Parts: sequence; C-alpha cells; structure tokens
Amino acid sequence: MKRTGMEGSFAIAEAIKLARVEAVAAYPITPQTHIVERLAEFVANGELDAEYIPVESEHSAMSACLGTSAVGARTFTATASQGLELMHEVLYVASGLRLPIVMTVANRALSAPLSIWTDHSDAMATRDCGWIQIFAENAQQAFDLTLCAFRIAEDPIVLLPTMFHIDGFYVSHTIESVEFLEQEVVDKFLPEYRHPYPLDPDKPVTIGAFGPPFIYTEAKKAHEAALRSSKKVILRVWQEFSKLSGRHYSPVESYKAEDADVLLLCMGSFSETAMMAIDKMQAEGQKVGLIRLRLWRPFPTEELRQAVSKAQVLIILDRALSLGGTPPVCSEIQAALYPLKTRPKIVSFVGSLGGREISAQGFEEVIRHGVDKAKQGELDEFEIIGVRE
Amino acid sequence: MESLAIYVPRLVTTKEYFAPGHRACMGCGEALAVRLVCKALGRNIIIANATGCMEIVSSPLPSTSWEVPWIHTLFENTAAVASGIEAGIKVLRRKGKYTKRTKVVAMAGDGGTADIGFQALSGVLERGHDLIYICFDNEAYMNTGIQRSSSTPLGASTTTSPAGKVSIGQTTWKKNMPAIAVAHDIPYVATACHSYPFDLMNKISKAIEIKGPSYIHILSVCPTGWRLPSDLTIKAGRLAIETGIFPLYEVEKDRYTLNLDFPQLRPIEDYFKLQGRFRHLSKEITSQIQERVAAEYAKLKKKATSNNY
Ligand SMILES: Cc1ncc(C[n+]2csc(CCOP(=O)(O)OP(=O)(O)O)c2C)c(N)n1
Ligand code: SF4
Repeated sequence: MKRTGMEGSFAIAEAIKLARVEAVAAYPITPQTHIVERLAEFVANGELDAEYIPVESEHSAMSACLGTSAVGARTFTATASQGLELMHEVLYVASGLRLPIVMTVANRALSAPLSIWTDHSDAMATRDCGWIQIFAENAQQAFDLTLCAFRIAEDPIVLLPTMFHIDGFYVSHTIESVEFLEQEVVDKFLPEYRHPYPLDPDKPVTIGAFGPPFIYTEAKKAHEAALRSSKKVILRVWQEFSKLSGRHYSPVESYKAEDADVLLLCMGSFSETAMMAIDKMQAEGQKVGLIRLRLWRPFPTEELRQAVSKAQVLIILDRALSLGGTPPVCSEIQAALYPLKTRPKIVSFVGSLGGREISAQGFEEVIRHGVDKAKQGELDEFEIIGVRE
Repeated sequence: MESLAIYVPRLVTTKEYFAPGHRACMGCGEALAVRLVCKALGRNIIIANATGCMEIVSSPLPSTSWEVPWIHTLFENTAAVASGIEAGIKVLRRKGKYTKRTKVVAMAGDGGTADIGFQALSGVLERGHDLIYICFDNEAYMNTGIQRSSSTPLGASTTTSPAGKVSIGQTTWKKNMPAIAVAHDIPYVATACHSYPFDLMNKISKAIEIKGPSYIHILSVCPTGWRLPSDLTIKAGRLAIETGIFPLYEVEKDRYTLNLDFPQLRPIEDYFKLQGRFRHLSKEITSQIQERVAAEYAKLKKKATSNNY
C-alpha cells in the first residue's frame, strides 16, 4: 500500500477512480471543485472510463444522477452549500426511488451573507432527506469512506444514496499523507453495481409513480425501515474494510473517553483539533474525553447511549444553527438520551460558523466553560461561542 | 396495387404502449398525442416524464399505463434525468453491459418545458445528448387547475390570468419554444398536433433515427382548460393549423419545411369561437392577434421557401 502526500479532494478523486465509477455529474462550487476537476482529468486522460456530464446546475446534476443510476451505472457527484440546497428537492427523489448515488459534500456555510467557508449548515438542512450520511475528518478517512460508501449504498438490502461530508478547505484543500489501496484490492472489495430493477425495454418498469394517500405512508415506512436497517450493513462494510486496511470506523467513536466524567462531542475535522485539547487536559489530570459522531443518518442511538453512559457532563458543539430552535446535533442527542433514567447533563454550544477558527486552546475553554455551566445548572439555552461583542 | 401503395405506409401498429385505462379527462388531446407518440416510438425506448397531467393520469400506484420503461421524478428536471439515462446507457454499452439500441425520450407539458424546466432543457440541447424531447403543449398548467404559462397565448383567460374588467386575460405573446430549440442548433426540431396523426407519427419516426437531440412541440388540445366540448378536440386542433395559429413545420439543421401550407388561412375567429377561454375578446384585440398570426406565418413561410433548392 502506497502512502502519498495529497490534497483531500484529490484523495477522494483517487477513490472514485479506484471504485471504477461509471457516471459523474459535475457542477462547480467552492470548496468542492477540485474533486470534479480531478475526475475530469482522469476521464480526459482515459484513466477512468466514465460518462462525465458537465450539467448546467446542481439541480440537474442530481437529476442526471437519478438517470444514470436508474439504468444501472455506478454514479458519483459532489457539491457544497448553495449547490446542496439547489439539489434539495432532488435528494428526496434519489432516496425515495432507492438509487444508490454517492455524493461528497464539502461542507460550507449558507448565504446570506455569502460565505465560502466551512460550517455544517448545509449538511443539517438536508438532515431529513432519507440519505445515509457519514462524516469524515481528514483526507485518509475521506478516501476510505468514499470506497465504503459505494459498498454500503449498493448493497442489495440497502440501495440508498449516501452522502459523505468533509469540512470544506480543512479537508478538501489540505495536503495530508494518505495511504491508498491497490486496484485489485478495491475490485475485490467493491463488486459491480447492478440495480435489481433498472430501466430496461426488455423488462419494462414504472419508476416514480405517484402515491395516493392509501399507499404513501406505507412507502415512507418502507423507506424508514430501509434506512434504519442499513446500519448493520454499514457496520459490516466498515469491519471488512478494517481487515483490508487496518483502519477502523464505527458510528460513534470515543477518544480517551473511558474514565471521563466530562465528554465533548463534535463532528467533522473539528475533532482533530479537539483531540489536542483532550490530550493536554488529560495530561493535567482532568477527566475529559471526546466523542466523534461519524454516522449521522441513520442516527446511531444505541451506540451513542453506550458511549456517554458513564459521563456526568456532555458538551455538544454544533457547527450550525437551527434558527429559532435548538442546534441540530444537540436536539438529536437530547432526544436520544431523554428516555434514559440516568443521563449526563447536556450543555449546548454553537461555534465556528462560516469558517471561524477554534484553536486547541479554544476547545479547552469550551470544555471549561461547559463544565461551569453544568455546575451552575445553566442548561436551558445554547450559547454561541466566540462572538465579538 | 395503387390503393395498396397509398394504404400500406399508413398502417399503424395496433399495439398500445400507453395503455387504455388511464384517467385523463374525456376528449383529452394530450392523452391522444401521447398515445400516438408511443405507437410511433415502439418498444425499444425509455421515457422520462415530467410532473403534470400525463404523469398523474397514467401512474397512480399501484397501477400504470406504461408498457415501456418509464420514470417520473420531478416537474422541472425531466430533460436532465433523460440526459442521465442516455449517458448511463452510453457508458454501459461501451463496457459491454448493455447491448440494445434504445432511444431515450423526455416528455413534459408546456409549463415543464417553457418555464420551470427551461434551464435543464437548454442544458441538454446544448450538451447534445442523443434523445428526443417532446413538449405536449396544452397552453397552460392544466394539472394544477388551468394557470397561465409562458406558452399561454395572448388573450386567453386562465385562473392566474383571468379576463376581467381591465384585463384581456394573458397579456403576453406565446413564447416561441420551437424557435428557441432551433437557436440551440440541434439536428431536428418539429411541431405537430394530434389532429394530424400521420404527420405526428412520421416526425417521431424521423426523430428516432436522428443522432443527437431532437425537439418536438405538440399542440395538445385540452377541453377542460380551453373551455371546449370534449367532442371538439380534433376539430380545434385542425383549426389551430388551418388558421395559421400553430403551423406544422420541421427544421432539419437550418432547413425549414412547412408541412401543411394553405393558400388562404382561415380567420382566427373560427378557432376562437369554439373556446370559452377567448370568449371575452373584443374585435379590436382579435384583429391585433390576427395581424400577428399573419405576420408570423409569413415569416415562417419565407424561411421555408428561401431554402427550397
Ligand atoms: C417545483 C414544483 N412546482 C410546482 C409544482 C406543481 N405543479 C405540478 S404539475 C404543474 C403544472 C403542469 O403544467 P404543464 O407542464 O403545462 O403540464 P400539463 O399538466 O398542462 O400537462 C405544477 C405547477 C410541482 N410539482 N413542482
Ligand atoms: S386537464 Fe386537459 S390536459 Fe389534463 S387530462 Fe384533462 S383534458 Fe387532458
């Protein structure tokens, strides 16, 4: 297995090539652009035998993906922010029709004001669209999870589109050391995609018929059941992948959390910086640990409950607002823990909107401030950290 | 012998790919047009259909009127979905995983074509996908209850462009979609109407053979939206052509052909008076429209004659 220094976007493009993707729909938006640019080069050089569809908008990008996937071609696209929002309507169709499209989202804040920098507002706005959603923290994970995403999405009992999130710039534009897999290894891991009911004149099917009230609920229930039961496939695929690569992934990952009274929970590249804060505070003898939420949909309720069962305080750092409501990750976690008799006190913070940095020292402050709030019982409202007054 | 020579080319398959039992209104010209189109397309096709009357009347779960592979996803993205199907087949064929010669067909109403789906359509025509795009133009958003579209003709009363004390109904001229398609420099553009079934089916057969995008614009009479007795659908379609309001023509590359020409066009009143949607129009407005129709027809005729060789 070779190890190369490479930008996160290019590492993803390498994974797409190794996955022998057959159709790529592309529409540029920062910070996703490098992915589809690199794929265009691969196609132009004959390194990847795929149809490259340079569409006129993201709405059409996802729509073209519906078509390529429905005839049975392995399909990929990438987007961010406004592009993801423009796709919004089509995302529900992709999952409702059970088309295993794989998409990278290079997370970026939403307008207005216009911002090209990272936060998770775009991801959270698509929370309920019925896709499998996974967060990667660095280039290596992006490479690994891209390959896994196809295996998961195309599994005959899953057949659901899969979105994997990387933080814009932090992952997409940072050069890191990445360990790649050989083509033969990937070929074995990832068999050919065959949709069980493709559009085919020899076996005509009607796809996307309309659902009167007597059948709509049942269709949605089936979708919900499929998404939930995808978790066992996700676990199996990640396990297989770990045998292949030595790298382990699970829905909820704990970092130095065994004896921790206080846990910090976050998603995406943040957790890399947060680890530094945890290391330092533990060295000082403090009982703090870190929880990284890897799988966002289906929501890993069981694993989360398990991971926080011994903690007294759980500090949740959201990178998005739910304007006028509770921050999205926090509200999910509150909902997951509420039925338990004993549960940690939850402190909710929102930070790093539109690309504002939080340093390792910043994370220490967040944890300290969270513990104070928990002691004082100030658990009612979330707080946006680092606001300049 | 002689009568056979006339008869045989007019033989049409008895096979229906748009099966009976759909829920279109009585006398629906759009349903008739779809049926004729499907006969001409045959079975080796894949259809992507936009939201609108035809999708709704043909596909309430758990039944379907489609005897060919058919996909509906959204209102405005049909061209894009079709382009994906075409691209998908292309790559699978290259890799030896798909061996049939299948034509991809996109179908949408005038709203799904001239308004909300306009961008996706333009993208597809510009990228040159090998597919047929068919607009079934009933001159309004019929599925949602007769609202105006940019394809509604001037003076027509609809629920969002109602005729009133100070309004004539639709205040803008019908968008010229075929001309816009021609401007994309595609190999084949044609207009058609269900009231001329052989002309319509011939055009579809031609489009199947063409490599690259074709655009076919089919005037589809809607008795419900046009306020017209349902037994007058065919007649209304014929009058649209005989008055020159909707000429039947083809554009192959830059060559225009007027398929049905009339030494003398009928007055547009003949067409208007059948329909409730034009009932309120004054003589003045009618003659304004008449002038425009004559001018547009003359322009088209000039294009058609200037490329005669
Ligand atoms: C994004 C979106 N906006 C609005 C609608 C509602 N809608 C469904 S069909 C339709 C009108 C269809 O009109 P047209 O394309 O002319 O076809 P027709 O029904 O007349 O055949 C509208 C507005 C929708 N389905 N999706
Ligand atoms: S409303 Fe018009 S187009 Fe729609 S089904 Fe009825 S007649 Fe046909």
